[in-house]
Amino acid sequence: MEKTHWLDRPENVKKLWRGFLAVLALTVLAEPFVHLHPHFAVESLFGFHAWYGFAACAAMIVGAKALGLALKRPDTYYGKDGGDE
Amino acid sequence: MNEFVFHPGLILVLGAFLLPFLKGGARSAAILALPLVALFCLWRLPEGTLWSAHWLGYELAPLAVDRLSRLFATIFLLMALGGGLFALGQRSRLEIPAAFVYAGAAVGVTLAGDLVTVFVFWELMAVGSTLVLWAGGSAGAFAASRRYVAIHLLGGVILFAGITGHLLDTGDAAFTRMAPDSVAHWLILIGFLINAGAPPLSAWLPDAYPEASWSGSVFLSAFTTKTAVYVLLRGFPGTEFLIWIGLFMIFYGIVYALLENDMRRILAYSIVNQVGFMIAGIGIGTEMALNGAAAHAFSHIVYKALLLMSAGAVLAATGRRKCSELGGLFHSMPITTICGTIGALAISSFPLTSGFISKSMVTQAAIDGQLLWVWLALAAASAGVFLHAGIKFPWFVFFQKDSGLRPADPPASMRWAMIAFSFICIGLGVWPEPLYALLPYAVDYVPYTGAHVLTQLQLLLFSGLAFFVMLPWLKRTLTITLDADWLWRVALDRLWNACGRLLRRVGDGVGDALREIGAAAAGDIERARRPGGLLLRSRPTGAMALWAMVLLFAYLLLYYLR
Repeated sequence: MEKTHWLDRPENVKKLWRGFLAVLALTVLAEPFVHLHPHFAVESLFGFHAWYGFAACAAMIVGAKALGLALKRPDTYYGKDGGDE
Repeated sequence: MNEFVFHPGLILVLGAFLLPFLKGGARSAAILALPLVALFCLWRLPEGTLWSAHWLGYELAPLAVDRLSRLFATIFLLMALGGGLFALGQRSRLEIPAAFVYAGAAVGVTLAGDLVTVFVFWELMAVGSTLVLWAGGSAGAFAASRRYVAIHLLGGVILFAGITGHLLDTGDAAFTRMAPDSVAHWLILIGFLINAGAPPLSAWLPDAYPEASWSGSVFLSAFTTKTAVYVLLRGFPGTEFLIWIGLFMIFYGIVYALLENDMRRILAYSIVNQVGFMIAGIGIGTEMALNGAAAHAFSHIVYKALLLMSAGAVLAATGRRKCSELGGLFHSMPITTICGTIGALAISSFPLTSGFISKSMVTQAAIDGQLLWVWLALAAASAGVFLHAGIKFPWFVFFQKDSGLRPADPPASMRWAMIAFSFICIGLGVWPEPLYALLPYAVDYVPYTGAHVLTQLQLLLFSGLAFFVMLPWLKRTLTITLDADWLWRVALDRLWNACGRLLRRVGDGVGDALREIGAAAAGDIERARRPGGLLLRSRPTGAMALWAMVLLFAYLLLYYLR
């Protein structure tokens, strides 16, 4: 039996999540301490890149899902192994 | 005049024909030496037109060097070296020679000073790449290679028509900057864009590349689309509608990759996505944008090859390619996991990787041009790249649920190829100056400012948050997503069958009518052959002379009328 990898233990995954959320918060909270010199007005909104990145990704996932409703097919659609013949 | 110099591309092309005669260590040595020798020759070439020739009254320059062509030729040769190392253990004896013809032809395009040479090497690339695909050996690879070559021959015909038109219009074969201002130039532009994976034919790329062998797709990812980027950089910089083509490719790649289950098809869609950034940069057309497109092509070739190497290592070890059947591989493939993750971070433009120092130049160009909407789209797309390639690929292949598979890391040659390319990804990210020094224009750009690093981290990390929060929506299913290739794989087939049925019906009708006419004619002929019938009747000579005269008169009349 192989040793359980530290990544396989749920308590470590929880720690990773906490660390990730802390880093997320830090990137936003660091804004006042960095000279941002915004190029467009919209960039001056607080945490613009954070919420824009999140919203854009959410929109893309939803958009992909919607497209999938119309265009998804079983992966045997073109025959097994992707071959047509 | 033609001082004797070696053509780096031809070294690879001719060397490829030597490889079948070599075995074992000599073959491996030749595979590594050929790209190195070609690189050495490339860097000894001075700038300017080195070979010139006359052909049908046109001035040709089959070998010409400037900064842009040297940059692309360098990365193509580095790619041939890395890909050759990775593929050393490949059992197919055809694949590496075919890949070297393909790579050599790509170098040939970059070092071509005239459109005729561009076209010749362009077609040689189609031949080489088709053979690489073919060397995959599966029924799927063979079927895909047929579809692939059909699209590329179509692109070749369009390009040929355009180049011929350009030669007739201008009388000049030189490959210089053009604008889409004539039918000929539009045809050239369309020919270039087909190879770039631009809409509406983008589907050829994700259809073909994932069908190649575990090493074949590494070669395929590098040359065709990036030579297209090169010729667009040289031929059509600043053509505004390329911005929109590029943006379309960017989002097409993201959305389709998000829906995809095949790990290598995810990466294939992300090639279209990344080339979209370059095409958008070419469309913006400022020196910053063109530098960005060229630099991004350079770093993209390395990290995309690295990603496909890690996927190839997984495929070679497990024989599986669907995300739904993979997962948990970090347990037993730590080197592949780390290298694949470095590639994933580089494609996402994480600080300290090559993507960060190259893609940001395109974004900067959009800022400099005050193109707000383009910039917003590029920023959203940067987040989307992390989503579809940066996290999705490593997450579903190496982490997520444990598939229970415990394959070992690949053999040394494959490991070293991945490690070397990982090193380049990080090396360029930490120390971009050597790449900046090779770019076509002087670089006045500092990638590492506090603002740039912070905003990029916000964009990427919150994109990561979106991925994990919405993970249930991204659950892998055993599906494909219909793409434009449906038109030529299914619709064309149906149309063909329908035409066949129609023709058969028309044919049957015509056949019946002909049979009736034939039966009637047979009766007439039989009557004519009876004694006293038309054929056995005797006639006076004078009647024959009269008819001969009528015929001659009719001929004379027609002669004058004509």
